[in-house]
Amino acid sequence: MRRPKLLHVPFWATIVFLYLPIAVLVAMSFNAGESAYTFEGFSLKWYGELLADERVISGLVNTLIVAVSSTAIATVLGTLLAVGLARYTRSKILDAVALMPAVLPDLVLGIGLLMLFITLNQTLGHHSVILAHAVFSTAFVAAVVRTRLTGADTSLEEASRDLGAGPVTTFVKVTLPQLTPGIIAGALLAFTLSLDEFVIAFFTIGNADPTLPIVIYSMIRFGVTPEINALASILLLVSFTAVIAGQRLTKIGESRAQD
Amino acid sequence: MTSQTKTRPASPARGRRFAAFAFLSPGLTYLIVLLLVPLALVLSAAFFRRGRFGGIIYEFTTENFTRLIDPLYLSVLGNSLKIAGITTLLALLIGYPTAYFIAQLPRNWKTIALVAIVLPFWTNFIIRIYAWIMLLSGPGIVNSVLGTQLELLYKDGAIVVGLLYSYLPLMVLPLYAAIERLDPQLREASANLGASAFTTFRKVTLPLTIPGVLTGCLFVFVPSFGNFVIPDLLGGGKSIMVGNLIRTQFLQARDEPFGATLTLALIAVLIVLLMVQSWAARRA
Repeated sequence: MRRPKLLHVPFWATIVFLYLPIAVLVAMSFNAGESAYTFEGFSLKWYGELLADERVISGLVNTLIVAVSSTAIATVLGTLLAVGLARYTRSKILDAVALMPAVLPDLVLGIGLLMLFITLNQTLGHHSVILAHAVFSTAFVAAVVRTRLTGADTSLEEASRDLGAGPVTTFVKVTLPQLTPGIIAGALLAFTLSLDEFVIAFFTIGNADPTLPIVIYSMIRFGVTPEINALASILLLVSFTAVIAGQRLTKIGESRAQD
Repeated sequence: MTSQTKTRPASPARGRRFAAFAFLSPGLTYLIVLLLVPLALVLSAAFFRRGRFGGIIYEFTTENFTRLIDPLYLSVLGNSLKIAGITTLLALLIGYPTAYFIAQLPRNWKTIALVAIVLPFWTNFIIRIYAWIMLLSGPGIVNSVLGTQLELLYKDGAIVVGLLYSYLPLMVLPLYAAIERLDPQLREASANLGASAFTTFRKVTLPLTIPGVLTGCLFVFVPSFGNFVIPDLLGGGKSIMVGNLIRTQFLQARDEPFGATLTLALIAVLIVLLMVQSWAARRA
């Protein structure tokens, strides 16, 4: 296929736009000086300060607890929902409900859940953040898995049912293997969104130990320091590793599904 | 289990109904309790009076809506629409050629290019905004590189840049998915029949990728429109967006009924957009 040469320009412009701020951010994390604006020589001292910062470490642990738990809930609920919506109903209303958390502004969801928990006299904490994150994560998993289902060939499922397999057997033996790449992609998306999520956690965490995004938000409001740059650089490294790992997993899933 | 299903082929209709229930009920129950009920709570609060010291007095009133059509609040809604609209348009203009380019790459490069686009999105949202504070602020990097003393932060432009930076990958991914799925033979056929590259794009590629365009626009517009963190950090509260206003009503002014009314207005705008989107997707 012929490739229009001019398309190099927007692509590389996008890459520069996306990476220049990150590059500056990382460079400044090695600053020996106190300012995040002027580079005064190479040093690792801000990384040392970061590792000694208990707020950051506990924030990280809290974030991981929330992300793993909410992703687990959302992967199960979202996958079932996707199959149900694609194969067993034509209801537009159910479609809309399933998509709603993905398109609803996080602010609205955060405020609504805060009001719900208060109305039910529930104490706020990590459990309420987990329940809250699973709401939008379920929608994203369902949406990603569905794109896979609508594109998928239904003849295999029909064949399975014609040969006498029930819906459950068909789901486990035929549909699920075809969906694996979609489920992995959906779960990774849910996990990442939860790691990153600030607004809903901000409203639903109450007085519990804050998650990392909330810690960072308070640090930024306190002032711009190279310590935040150091933290950003480490998170960047972690993200990069996660994306590569995710890509590998998806690839394995895809080649298995094709076999 | 397998043998059981094989020896007992229950009536297909009943099995189907059971399957529909088994697949749909867990997720839908969850979404009813933790999505629809909270929304109902927020929306019902819009019709109640505010307590003198915050809180809600359960007494029907429409005064919140009278307050909403005050030009002051309408201009905030208009401003939010404008900022989110410009962001979405820019994201589409940048995102489409980028996604198109990636879709034409050889398989391995495709993956690498996609990862490159998505990677910043996988880093913390607050930190990405922080990077722009570093770049744009008074003593920031842009001014020291250019040797200028421009006030770049705390303007609508800074908000647009922050939103675009945050949500551009959400535009590129659905566009890429739509473009990549296109059968290249369609474009080849169009070219063989004498269509120019532009005509092929306009008559073949674009119409077939409209669902991706709509999804991408929705993915960018919605978080932009309801955002309060980016206008908070990059806009400095000067050009306030509806998200800031809602947050202030709930957490500072303690006027939950009016906050709920603003939320209702925000949701109304998004519902209109969703209807336009699904109407356009059905036509495409």
